[in-house]
Amino acid sequence: MKIVVCIKQVPDTKGGVKFNPDGTLDRAAMMTIMNPDDKAGLEAALRLKDQYGAEVTALTMGLPKAADVLREAMAMGADKGILVTDRVLGGADTWATSQTLAGALRNLEYDLIITGRQAIDGDTAQVGPQISEHLNIPVISYAQKIQIEGDSVIVERQFDDRYHVLKAKMPCLITALAELNEPRYMTPGGIFDACSAEITVWGRNDLKDVEDSNLGLKGSPTQIAKASDKVRKGAGEKVSLDPAESVDYIVGKLKEKHVI
Amino acid sequence: MNLEEYKGVYVFAQQVDNVINSIAFELIGKGKDLADTLGTEVTAVLVGSGVKELADELAEYGADRVIVVDDPELKEYRTEPYAHALASVIEKYKPEIFLVGATAIGRDLGPRVSARVHTGLTADCTQLEIGDFPMNPIPGKEQKHNQLLMTRPAFGGNTIATIACPDFRPQMATVRPGVMQKRPKVEGAKANVEEFNPGFTPNKNYVEILDIVKAVSDTVDIMDAKILVSGGRGVGSAENFKLLDDLAAVLGGTVSCSRAVVDAGWKPKDLQVGQTGKTVRPNVYFAIGISGAIQHLAGMEESDLIIAINKDETAPIFDVADYGIVGDLNKIVPALTEKLKAEMAAN
Repeated sequence: MKIVVCIKQVPDTKGGVKFNPDGTLDRAAMMTIMNPDDKAGLEAALRLKDQYGAEVTALTMGLPKAADVLREAMAMGADKGILVTDRVLGGADTWATSQTLAGALRNLEYDLIITGRQAIDGDTAQVGPQISEHLNIPVISYAQKIQIEGDSVIVERQFDDRYHVLKAKMPCLITALAELNEPRYMTPGGIFDACSAEITVWGRNDLKDVEDSNLGLKGSPTQIAKASDKVRKGAGEKVSLDPAESVDYIVGKLKEKHVI
Repeated sequence: MNLEEYKGVYVFAQQVDNVINSIAFELIGKGKDLADTLGTEVTAVLVGSGVKELADELAEYGADRVIVVDDPELKEYRTEPYAHALASVIEKYKPEIFLVGATAIGRDLGPRVSARVHTGLTADCTQLEIGDFPMNPIPGKEQKHNQLLMTRPAFGGNTIATIACPDFRPQMATVRPGVMQKRPKVEGAKANVEEFNPGFTPNKNYVEILDIVKAVSDTVDIMDAKILVSGGRGVGSAENFKLLDDLAAVLGGTVSCSRAVVDAGWKPKDLQVGQTGKTVRPNVYFAIGISGAIQHLAGMEESDLIIAINKDETAPIFDVADYGIVGDLNKIVPALTEKLKAEMAAN
């Protein structure tokens, strides 16, 4: 079985977000991590590899430094890493990103493609399903459990108040939730090997069956009209009173606002 | 693509088990605002099996027209037949704007449809309006009017971006549930109902449903609650949520919580407010022992009245609270419950 996992290097928003003076995101000043949902997707692929035997390829699109997440993936157990990087691919929205990754995937053999549900920088959850459409394969998003049965995959797909147990013929694309599993740590031997492992680097000309008009900023149907730091409503009153006075204060406000 | 051919505001009227999801009414409400500005109408697209009788309910919330795609293959939600239904509606009717709820279904369906019809899709929008793109004139660049400007948070709510889709149609967005306002229900209102079936022939992209397991829940949906009494890590334990249960009971409210509480296993995930939980906008939101991480604020800051109780006076929750009380929740909350009981009894 061959599995390709799409992963993304993202800024770690836990430590807060830093901006350039012009309001754009200062990516250089922020730590980067492997996107959490993607890491869960990778872990799911590695478990299938442990259970059934599989070749796991990690695929990413990004700046040259995104090779770091491929090395991390290989230190966790991925067999290969492919970086798609090219200036003409920059500024891509989810349409152009999914076109790029589909163009890379057409060069590869796969039974399963696993992506994270969404990246913590864009939060769109769109690239996985869009790749599946470009490749004309079924998609199952929000996977919380994955099993293989013959030439099919059986997946528990999470909804708000229920889950569906779905069966799809492979090849199939699955999007994974961070809740799916607890990703393993890199092993010391894995880290050592990954440092010297060769990363395959592809540019625009390595993408198969993709028009230039579908790539990068120019190939992106959506365009940014405005981006800004979040403006929050101002703070109201803040008081520090003893408990009884606090209670009177709250009750007074609830009456004033006709809540009671 | 001749953009002029594309007319009207369309919304996906999501139903599950032949019950229309509240998001459909919210999308119609917002769609009416956009349609009024554009001088056009709102069409709800109802997809399912045996769903035609639900069309009147969509009319009562403001839909001018309902397109019903009814087929046995559409009984349970599956990506492929639903994507085929919407893509076929778009190809036939050529809408200018197409809105889908940012629900688990909508966020699976929207990307597949937008990829099929080759247009842009903006995810999880919290604000929609009609305006110019670019917003301010740029020399040498055409400024297009009557564009859908779609605003959404990104980076965990740290930034907001406004997105346009000037050269492709329809302009598509998924819209966060609980943010847009429904219009008041008009009993007996009728819409033009049109049936459309593009034909559904199972292919390899149709997945098979082996089982459907429903979570058993007797709790009120926190998105519908008028008063929420929400607790965070500061509550200290699952048992101590009793204090919040009592306060909620006397106010006729519902208990909700922050992510930390779900992670600790004190409360189930369906009660979680925030970026990875639910977006709520009740009349009153009590934030009790909640520090106010940015991801939490993203889910509740639109509440009409926010009252925060926290012992840490530097907690970020105080930056959005209308009334902030620095103090010990273990002393204040039970005393507040007793006082309110007395007030209620007196009236």
